Amino acid sequence: MASPPLLALRGVCKRFGVVEVLTDIELEIRAGQVVALLGDNGAGKSTLVKVISGVTPAEKGIIEWEGRPVQIRRPHDARNLGIATVYQDLALCGNLDVVGNLFLGREIRRFGFLDEVEMERRTSQLLERLTRGVPDLRAPVVSLSSGQRQTVAIARSLLGDPRVLLLDEPTAALGFEQTSEVLDLVDQLRDHGMGVLLISHNMGDVKALADRAAVLRLGRNNGFFDVNTASQEQIIASITGATENVPRRMAHREAGW
Amino acid sequence: MVKGTHSEADGTRAAPSAPTADDRRPGRRAALAQVIETGVAVLRRKLSAGELGSLPVVLVLAAVWITFQSLNDSFLSPRNLSNLSVDIVGTGLIAVGIVFVLLIGELDLSVGSVSGLAAAVFAVLNVNNGVPEWLALILAVLTGTVAGTVQGYSVAKTRVPAFVVTLAGLLTFNGLMLYILGTSGTVNLDEDGLVAQLTSYYFTNDAAAYALAAVGTGLVFLVSQQDRRRRMAVGMPHRTFRGIVVRTAVLAAVAFTAAYLLNRFQGLPLALLVFLVMVAGLDIVLRRTHYGRQVYALGGSIEAARRASLNVTGVQTAVLAVSGTMAAIGGLFLASRITSVSQGAGSGLLLLNAIAAAVIGGTSLFGGRGTTWSAVLGMLVIQSIASGMVITDTPTAVQFMITGGVLFAAVVIDALARRTQEAHGRA
Repeated sequence: MASPPLLALRGVCKRFGVVEVLTDIELEIRAGQVVALLGDNGAGKSTLVKVISGVTPAEKGIIEWEGRPVQIRRPHDARNLGIATVYQDLALCGNLDVVGNLFLGREIRRFGFLDEVEMERRTSQLLERLTRGVPDLRAPVVSLSSGQRQTVAIARSLLGDPRVLLLDEPTAALGFEQTSEVLDLVDQLRDHGMGVLLISHNMGDVKALADRAAVLRLGRNNGFFDVNTASQEQIIASITGATENVPRRMAHREAGW
Repeated sequence: MVKGTHSEADGTRAAPSAPTADDRRPGRRAALAQVIETGVAVLRRKLSAGELGSLPVVLVLAAVWITFQSLNDSFLSPRNLSNLSVDIVGTGLIAVGIVFVLLIGELDLSVGSVSGLAAAVFAVLNVNNGVPEWLALILAVLTGTVAGTVQGYSVAKTRVPAFVVTLAGLLTFNGLMLYILGTSGTVNLDEDGLVAQLTSYYFTNDAAAYALAAVGTGLVFLVSQQDRRRRMAVGMPHRTFRGIVVRTAVLAAVAFTAAYLLNRFQGLPLALLVFLVMVAGLDIVLRRTHYGRQVYALGGSIEAARRASLNVTGVQTAVLAVSGTMAAIGGLFLASRITSVSQGAGSGLLLLNAIAAAVIGGTSLFGGRGTTWSAVLGMLVIQSIASGMVITDTPTAVQFMITGGVLFAAVVIDALARRTQEAHGRA
C-alpha cells in the first residue's frame, strides 16, 4: 500500500446561498504527480481551487493532508499546510513592485523594518532559477508584460517551499514561448516531488504534462482518467457530458467568475 | 516617490559614459555629462513608465513662486516664507491623514468635522472646565482617534465605501461639536497656553534651524550609504557613491537655504518642526514597515491582499484611525493659529483644501500611489497661491479658480500616469 496522498478531498460540498456549486467532490493529489482538473465553464473548477486554498471554505466534507483530516478556513491555513495557489487573475497588487508582491504578507524584517535588501536578493535568486528574462525587480507589477506577471505569481507561490501547488489556468493568457516555459517549470516541480493540480482548457497541455485527470461536470465528479492510457475522446466526452455518470440537473452558473 | 530610490539606482547603473570629442578637460566634463545624461535617462524612463512622482508639483510650485515674485518682490521675503511655513501646518497635517486614506483607495470626508470637534473638546475641557492643558490636549487627539476608528471599523465590516460612512461622520461630528460648544459660540484660548504656543513659538536661536537641516540631511546620507554598503556586500545593484553625494547635496542646499531664510525672520517655527517630524515619521511607517506595505497593497488590489491573508479589516480600521488622529492634531494647530474655537471650526474649505493638497502633491485618487510628502508639497502650492493673492491684492474669486485649475491638472496627470503605466504593461 502506497503512502497516503498529500492532499485528499472526501465528499466536499460548497454552496453559494441556495445554489449548490460543488457536490460530494472526491480528489486526490499525490507527491510528484500532476493532476489535471478539467470541466466545462461553470463546472466548479475555480470554486474548488478556492475551497482548497481557503478563500471560500467548504461547508461539508473532509480535507485530508497526508492522511489526517485538517481544517482550511482561511488562506493562512492552506499556506501553513504547504498549499500554494496561483489564481487565474494572478491576485497581484499592480502598484507594488516585484519584490513587494513576492513577499506580500510575509515580509522579512530587520530591527522591525522591512529588509528590502534581503527580500530583493532572494527574489532575484528565485526568479533566475525560474525564468530567463528576469523583469526589473523594482518596477510596479502593472508595468510588466502578462508573461512576466505570470512568472511573478508562480514565483510568489513557490516562496514558502510548498508541497502542493494549485494552478488555475496558468497558460490561458500566454503566448507560445511563455506557455512552454510555464509547462517546463511545472514539469520541474513535479520532478522535485511536488503535487500539482492543474486547471486547463488546453487538452494539449494536459496530455503533455498531466499524469491523471479529474473531470468535473455541473459541480460533481464525472470521472477520473489515467492520461497516459485514456484517449482524448474519452476525456472530452466526459467533460461535455456525453458520458454522464450523474443524473442531469438544471444547469447553473458558477458564482464568482 | 515610492519606487524613486531604487529605480534611480537602476538608472545610475545603466548610464553609459559618453565623453565628447572636443572635450578639453575630459575628467570633469565627462563626469558632468554623465550626471546630466543619467538624469535625462532616468527622467525619460519614468515618463514612459508613468512614474512621475513629485516632479509635476515641484514644477508647479516653482512656477507659482516665480510668478508671484515677479508681481511683487515681497513674496519670497523671509517674513512671507516663514508665515507660509506655519500656515501650511494645520491643513497639512489633516492632508497627511488624507494621504493614508487615499492610499487604500478610499476617501475620508469627515476630517474637517473631526478637526473642529477635537478643537472644541480641547477648548471646552481646558477653558470652560479647567482641565489641565496637557490632559485636554491628549483627550482632544484621542477624540479624533476614536472617531476615525469607529468609522474605519464600520467601513471594514459593512463594506460600504468610506466616503459614504464618513459623509455621515461629517454631519454627526459637526453636530457633536456644536453640541459641545453649546450656546457660548466662540471659546477663546489662553494666549500664552500650550496650544497657542504650537504656532506662535519660534526657536529664536539660529542653531535650531541649522541643526534640523544638518540632522535631516545627515540621516538621509547615512541611510543611503548603509543601504549601498549592504547591497554591495551581497553583490546586488546599488547606487554609485557619487549619486548619493549629489542627492544629499541637493537636499542639503534646499534645507540650509530654508533654514537661512527662517533665521532671517524669527527662527525655526515649532509648528514646522512638528509638521516635518510627523511627515517624515509617517513616511517611514508607510514605506519601511509591514503595516505600511499592507496599506499600499490594499490600494493596489483588495482581493489580492485578502488572498495573501492580510488583515484587511484591521488595516482599514487603522488607516481611518490615523486620518482621524491627524485631523484632530491638525484641528488643534488651526485653533492655535487663531487662538479660539468657534462654531465655524472645521467647516468651509478646510476639508476640500486637505484633499486637494494630497492630490496636488501627487497622491493618486485611484489608491496605492503617493507618499506623506505629497501633503507638504500640495499644501505649499495651495498656500502659496493663497498668500500670493493676498500680497498682490487679487480677489478671492480668482484664487479659487486658480487653485481649482491646479487641482484639475493634478487629477488629469494622475489619470494619465495611471493609463501610461497600464499601457506600458501591455506593450
